[in-house]
Amino acid sequence: MTRSSDTHGSPRNDGNQHNGSSHDRGNAGDSLRALLAPTIDTRGNLREIILIPLAAVFMALLIGALIMMATSVEPHIILRSFVAMADGSVGSLNAISETLTASIPLVLAGLGIGLAFRAGLFNIGAEGQMVVGGLMAAVVSFSVTGLPMALHLPLVLVSGLLVGGLYAAIAGFLRAATGAHEVISTIMLNLISIRLLDYLLRQPFIQKEGRSDPISKAVLETAELPRLLSFIDPNLRLHFGLFLMLGAVILIYWLLYRSKLGFAFRISGENPDAARYAGIRAGLTIVIAMAIAGGLAGLAGAAQVTGVLGRATPGFTAGIGFDAIAVALLGRSHPVGILLAGVLFGALEAGGRQMQVDAGVSIDMISIIQALIIIFVAAPLLVKRIMPFLFADRPKEDADHG
Amino acid sequence: MNIELRGISKRFGSVQANRNISLDIRAGEVLGLLGENGAGKSTLMNVLSGLYQPDSGDILIDGTPVRFDGPGDSIAAGIGMVHQHFMLVPVFSVVENVILGVEPTGSADFLDLAAARDQVQAINARYGMDVPSDVLIEDLPVGIQQRVEILKVLFRSADVLILDEPTAVLTPQEVEAFFGIVRALRDAGKAIVFITHKLHEIIEIADKVSVLRQGEIVGGGVPSEFSEADLAEMMVGRPVSFSVGRGTATPGEDVLDLRDVTLVDAGLEVRLHQIAMSVRAGEIVGIAGVQGNGQTELVEAITGLAPVASGQVMFAGTDITASSVRQRHCMGIAHIPEDRQKSGMVSAFTVAENMVLNSYYDDSVARGVQIDWHRAEEQAAAACLKFDVRTPSVFLDAGGLSGGNQQKMVVARELERGVRLVVASQPTRGVDVGSIEFIHKQLVACRDAGNAVLIISSELDEILDLSDRIYVMYEGQITAEFDNSSSQADRGAIGLAMAGANRTAAA
Repeated sequence: MTRSSDTHGSPRNDGNQHNGSSHDRGNAGDSLRALLAPTIDTRGNLREIILIPLAAVFMALLIGALIMMATSVEPHIILRSFVAMADGSVGSLNAISETLTASIPLVLAGLGIGLAFRAGLFNIGAEGQMVVGGLMAAVVSFSVTGLPMALHLPLVLVSGLLVGGLYAAIAGFLRAATGAHEVISTIMLNLISIRLLDYLLRQPFIQKEGRSDPISKAVLETAELPRLLSFIDPNLRLHFGLFLMLGAVILIYWLLYRSKLGFAFRISGENPDAARYAGIRAGLTIVIAMAIAGGLAGLAGAAQVTGVLGRATPGFTAGIGFDAIAVALLGRSHPVGILLAGVLFGALEAGGRQMQVDAGVSIDMISIIQALIIIFVAAPLLVKRIMPFLFADRPKEDADHG
Repeated sequence: MNIELRGISKRFGSVQANRNISLDIRAGEVLGLLGENGAGKSTLMNVLSGLYQPDSGDILIDGTPVRFDGPGDSIAAGIGMVHQHFMLVPVFSVVENVILGVEPTGSADFLDLAAARDQVQAINARYGMDVPSDVLIEDLPVGIQQRVEILKVLFRSADVLILDEPTAVLTPQEVEAFFGIVRALRDAGKAIVFITHKLHEIIEIADKVSVLRQGEIVGGGVPSEFSEADLAEMMVGRPVSFSVGRGTATPGEDVLDLRDVTLVDAGLEVRLHQIAMSVRAGEIVGIAGVQGNGQTELVEAITGLAPVASGQVMFAGTDITASSVRQRHCMGIAHIPEDRQKSGMVSAFTVAENMVLNSYYDDSVARGVQIDWHRAEEQAAAACLKFDVRTPSVFLDAGGLSGGNQQKMVVARELERGVRLVVASQPTRGVDVGSIEFIHKQLVACRDAGNAVLIISSELDEILDLSDRIYVMYEGQITAEFDNSSSQADRGAIGLAMAGANRTAAA
């Protein structure tokens, strides 16, 4: 009613990416439809989201090769090591099985970290949450007997999830109640969990009979995550955790983008003042987000114990909880991104082992390549500067708040 | 130094931000550049400051064509830009900020802070800026921080100063002092470009005015030859009414009733002292007062964002003193926050998401634990049309909208649901003329529908124009009450009360 008739497509409304308003007085139905029409660039530049990680991986491998050259590895060895890496990650059914097996705990814990990120929390404690969750799962897996698998296995997984969640909730509670920063408290809880593990593994009700070193009893058969490909080859280690991982991706996607709770998480993460304004209880949100994050890490630990290791040992988490931080970052805290990043890291892990066997190159090379990928992904401008041709031909539409 | 822009055009993608613009910027003159948000003012000034290269057209300095390949070139040529958003290091002192990047050095390349301080103080004194040299930026009020920005460009020997919406962040008192500095600069022979969308400022300070609309110069001349209405029409492209023309109020029952509300902040400072006030159904009540006299805390007490120390907040006869923000929201208290960017919206969220920012849990958009986004998006689109929020799609990030459209989005969200009380804090801050008119009409329509409306604004004109009743706040107290329903209240008396004259005589 107050809109003048000469403003269609005008630049007066806003200068950023959105150009002129497409709705004009007159046909309200059309205007409504225009407003609801899907837009191409709803969430930033899709091309960049895909290209930057790809370019990052490529450049990380390239620099990895340069580092190998600098440490006087023969060029043909370098070539062979890359062939081995491809071979070990995707080159055979066993390689794919290993890649996916390695990615399961990374994705599960990464989803938790990503969710916490979305809620504005930096959960460094996935490692510790995996430890307590995995240990709890181990204990339930051998101390509860006489249950059929259909009850025993879920019980084991849920207990790992709950204990991981409670452990992370401690950090959430400290943050909410006292303001203690979760980065510090989760690091401390990591250290506590490692010592706790060492201590508990020596307790008679956990320690394997007749052993003096810290090692838990074996997981009962009714609590083992079934292997999926044993009908082809019993050595293929891919286990049922794959479905836990995929289910968790879907669940977390739903939670973040469809549920009320996830919306509250995202508001709190993006703008705490707006969250307060919207009547969201900050403390409760923090505790719940941390608990879910820890639950996923605990589940990752449980899956590792019951699907791969068969028992708990000192350091059984093997730094997966820390690698998962990188996975969450690489996946931009988006469930699907985390899935892809987790599989990539799983592939590097599996490929790296093959690389070590075939080419005799240290597995530390893999850590270097992982680190380089993270650096490049974290610095998109650097990637664009180095490979401008990938991102060219799109005129930069600059901000104009004139 | 005189600058001439000739036929400047600049296009971004499909948007022609500047079209064939010619301007004369002369030494000893204040050139007002008037235009709505998105009219192309900032693009033009970014061309002048070397951030953008024009697609066509020339820049001439004292008759000689120049080419700026970057901000460094234009600074070297004597052009200084003072941005709307300050670029200061909060933990550095004034002098340190001023010299940042052009540090004077003494022997052995050591920083010569003493020499710098002398220079800064000399500039300070020449233009009567009154800025302390050694105080940290974070300890200074916004008005003084802005002067530091001006000091920065003067320290780099600028002869042409571009001031981008300089008054947007200032209180009325600070604006007055600021105008004094602008005049001193002009009288010293500086050329000044004053970018704004506030009409009365142009009339007060500018020697010449040019009006931009949709990237083109649509008029200009000597400001005194125009009325505010003329300038507004030029700027918006249609006649704009400044007075909302509300009918007589028919107030009903008390909707909001504050009973001796006292609020103490985290630092144990008393922010509200025994506030007693009411807002009735079908009535607009305005809170006048210089910013920082407890208005923010009053809004927090009413909306539940801060607990009150004593007293009661009554809403429609119910004591809501202990109710949460969400409970109050559900009861029908709408809140248009004073700073939309800070708390009223999430820039990285889509328009649709922002439209349900504080009602997402409600059955209007949620089903069980899940949000029905289709419904939310449809409601958002309908609200965008109704409230004239100009966005090509509800799926675009709200941060990309202009300030006026963001504000209309917030207003739409708050008024579009069933409300009984609207608490509108600075409802038109940083909003262009056309949107101000629109928002005012919506607030009056809300009143006419029988709701209670409370408006808190630092713009006295806005209060006088909209309110049926006016309270004046001073140092956390209500110090005066004026009737503004049939005839306009005495502006002078309100001004005196705002300055604290009624303090002892407080009701």
